[in-house]
Amino acid sequence: MSVIQDPVKVGGYGGQQEPGGTNYINHSKGIMSWLLTLDHKRIGLMYMIAVLGAFLLGGSLAVVLRTMLFMRAAPDVAPMTPAAQDLYNQVFTLHGAVLVFMFIIPAVPAILGNIVLPLMLGAKDVAFPRLNLLSWYCYMVGGAFFLFVLLNGRLDTGWTFYTPYSTSSTTSVTAATLGAFVLGFSSILTGLNFIATIHMLRPAGMGWFRMPLFLWALYATSIIQVLATPVLAITLLLLAAERVLGVGIFDPAMGGDPVLFQHFFWFYSHPAVYIMILPAMGIISELMATFCRRQIFGYSFIAFSSIAIALLGFLVWGHHMFTSGQSAMTNAVFSLITFSVAIPSAIKVFNWLATMYKGSISLATPMLYALAFIWLFTIGGLTGVFLGALSLDIMAHDTYFVVAHFHYVMVGSMLTAFIGGMYYWWPKMFGKMYSEPVAKVAWFLIFVGFNLTFFIQFIAGSQGMPRRYADFLPEFAWYHQFSTVGSYVLAIGLFLVLYNWVHSLFAGRKAPQNPWGGNTLEWHTSSPPPHENFTEDPHVTDPYQMHAWDYDESIDGYVYDKAKAIELDQQSHH
Amino acid sequence: MLAILAQAEKTLFLPPARSTMAGAHDGLYNFVLWMSVFWLVLIAGLLVYFVIKYRRKSPHDKPVGPTHSTAIELGWTLPPLILVMIIFVWGFRGFMNMNQAPNGAYQVLVSASKWNWAFTYGGGENDGTLHVPVNTPISLVLTSTDVIHSFYVPEFRVKKDVVPGRYNKTWFQATEVGEYNLFCAEYCGQQHSQMITKVVVESQEDFDAYLEVRGRWWKTEKPVDVGKTVYKDRGCAQCHSLDGTAGTGPTWKNIFGDERKFVDGSTRIADENYIRDSILNPGNEVLEGYDNVMPTFQGQIKDPEITGVIELLKSISTKYDGKILGEMPADPGDEADGGSGDGTQAQE
Repeated sequence: MSVIQDPVKVGGYGGQQEPGGTNYINHSKGIMSWLLTLDHKRIGLMYMIAVLGAFLLGGSLAVVLRTMLFMRAAPDVAPMTPAAQDLYNQVFTLHGAVLVFMFIIPAVPAILGNIVLPLMLGAKDVAFPRLNLLSWYCYMVGGAFFLFVLLNGRLDTGWTFYTPYSTSSTTSVTAATLGAFVLGFSSILTGLNFIATIHMLRPAGMGWFRMPLFLWALYATSIIQVLATPVLAITLLLLAAERVLGVGIFDPAMGGDPVLFQHFFWFYSHPAVYIMILPAMGIISELMATFCRRQIFGYSFIAFSSIAIALLGFLVWGHHMFTSGQSAMTNAVFSLITFSVAIPSAIKVFNWLATMYKGSISLATPMLYALAFIWLFTIGGLTGVFLGALSLDIMAHDTYFVVAHFHYVMVGSMLTAFIGGMYYWWPKMFGKMYSEPVAKVAWFLIFVGFNLTFFIQFIAGSQGMPRRYADFLPEFAWYHQFSTVGSYVLAIGLFLVLYNWVHSLFAGRKAPQNPWGGNTLEWHTSSPPPHENFTEDPHVTDPYQMHAWDYDESIDGYVYDKAKAIELDQQSHH
Repeated sequence: MLAILAQAEKTLFLPPARSTMAGAHDGLYNFVLWMSVFWLVLIAGLLVYFVIKYRRKSPHDKPVGPTHSTAIELGWTLPPLILVMIIFVWGFRGFMNMNQAPNGAYQVLVSASKWNWAFTYGGGENDGTLHVPVNTPISLVLTSTDVIHSFYVPEFRVKKDVVPGRYNKTWFQATEVGEYNLFCAEYCGQQHSQMITKVVVESQEDFDAYLEVRGRWWKTEKPVDVGKTVYKDRGCAQCHSLDGTAGTGPTWKNIFGDERKFVDGSTRIADENYIRDSILNPGNEVLEGYDNVMPTFQGQIKDPEITGVIELLKSISTKYDGKILGEMPADPGDEADGGSGDGTQAQE
């Protein structure tokens, strides 16, 4: 890889490299050295390529469906043909299925988690490197099923596969459910690996409450992945059994119960929402501490709120079914528990704000994304309060209000955290700096474009625009046109991010070991790290005690003063 | 005049309120809306203020701030906790009101199918639009003949899923005469977005007159015209054309008298009985080249209406050269309707 120049010691004290100056990227060569690699960093990069490919596909489908809706809003179009309606239904289905199962769920754990988690632990690798590679292959096989559905078949059930429509649909439901089934194993294996790694491979000196908050978040996420995903797997198998073998489980025509499917499906898919948002919250905690350059406020409250969200997240699935006809008592219980999740979420936001208080706030690109996250997550969370309230949910259920709400939480929040995290660890992953001005322009387009696209959908939904409509009444036309224009701004911003990343690989300035001054252990090794991560054990202290890192103009990065670190560490124990 | 009035009551966020439940809904909605504005302004305001006030002066900064305060952290969980509990109770009370129809409410059976609605009233009258008297509690019993649909009228703030194999219930009381959109809110396949009909809210006298006509409307029209009305009002037009254009279902042009070929390879001449079977048991003989998506109309359509469709088909078929009925045959159709009359087909 010519992009990596000689990794001379740029980080000052603590810089680590292998004899001969190789790193994990140029440590060995050839395609097989990647496809059979057991190195968590390489697996993370392979995930990155595959997951970003899925994002490109699912995102393109979003642009297609918004464009179709824009065209429908023109006054002189003919009635929509059945073929055009079929196309729209297939596009929104694949958009949702690809982005949920292949982007939002795996993005942060499988890319950033894989690369960063062992580094943060000062470890050589995850606990089960072979399992880690297997999870990547599961992802690729599951993705192949979806590619088959895209190229060779059709799918028009929505990503939720609600029965009995999915039982009776003539499209490739079986292939898609098998794809999601295999993707689920990728998720389970990653979760299992992270739990084992965090339990077994923490270095001496890193107790549970000296772990970086990103690891707490990944730990909470992994619990959900391991416990909830098997339920989805078995549900999808039951669905396939019903379709292929005619076993009546969900279809009332065969003696089944269609609402049972919804219970099973949301028993996984609601916790899955927290698989998406918890690691994103973990990233935000890291960014807030580093770019305010001070101790995170309320470490243990943030850590425990991750666990609380993970556990409570298992008990709220019924709020997707308030209109389904389940009993009033059931609705009341699910509504109450749903509101209880609001509290740990609010705690996190308050703690991040308090971390900014008396900090030294840098507006570097990752921090801009953290600030955008707080705005988007606050809107997403507050509109969740509408939906938790039973009488309001009845009105808003299955309208664009819900579409806007979950895009704010699952896309706005998760995506900004993911991109912020990518920028934050990019120098560590590739040893290259990106263009800061281009990154800021792209951030602005994404932030503005996202809000233009989705805020208006709260209003459209409140006015009564149902979701999953290929066509709509004239009074809803301008909402759709407005939203579509916003989505183009958002798309341009995202392409600019991609351009900036790719450009940095070829023309980026060489990254110092620690460009931001963070003190989690990944900043204690060179950028990019050597094959085995560290050549000597890193110095473990409080992950948010950053004051032992001094800024050095000559490298535009931070250098470590170990004596100072030991002194600060001793002070904090008093 | 009415339209202008309705327009005036529409707010930026909510459509006009036209049921007794809408007021309670809108009160809570506005409370949560303003609460959200308060928190968003507070959080975003603090965020911007901190960014400006604590902006990094130099990369050498080593700021020190508070790292925890149990009192503060427990303290600031209280306002959100109290607020969400208030909202929970408020929302639950509103829901319980929606959930339980008052005694003596006028009952309408709602049957949903891909992709049309059928409403059956106490006297067995059927229609594809929902007519209700104003200021009267209406209780709805909802069921589906195929997949899950959802009954949704934004102006009434009412929604309930329509699930096959069970009866869901909801109710509303409209407060103003007018026509309102009734949407299907649960994705149900190809023409989900076309599954929109009207709720017609009218005075008790108009409603009574409507029911009276609805029970015998086919008597006053020629059979071919009855067929055309059924075609237009009962959702046939969404899948079947009259002019030969291809659609989700086969065109009706030149069907009558034609030899039809089915997916299992068998054939049948399309006569009166074939048409009747196709309407009442469409899944039994699925035409080659088409999917089995047509819903059954058993219990939702009267015999004279089927007769009307048959006469309409005859009138647009070159393969039929016999007579077309000039008027409806006398009366057995009044009693013997197409099915059990309870608006649904028992699924055993």
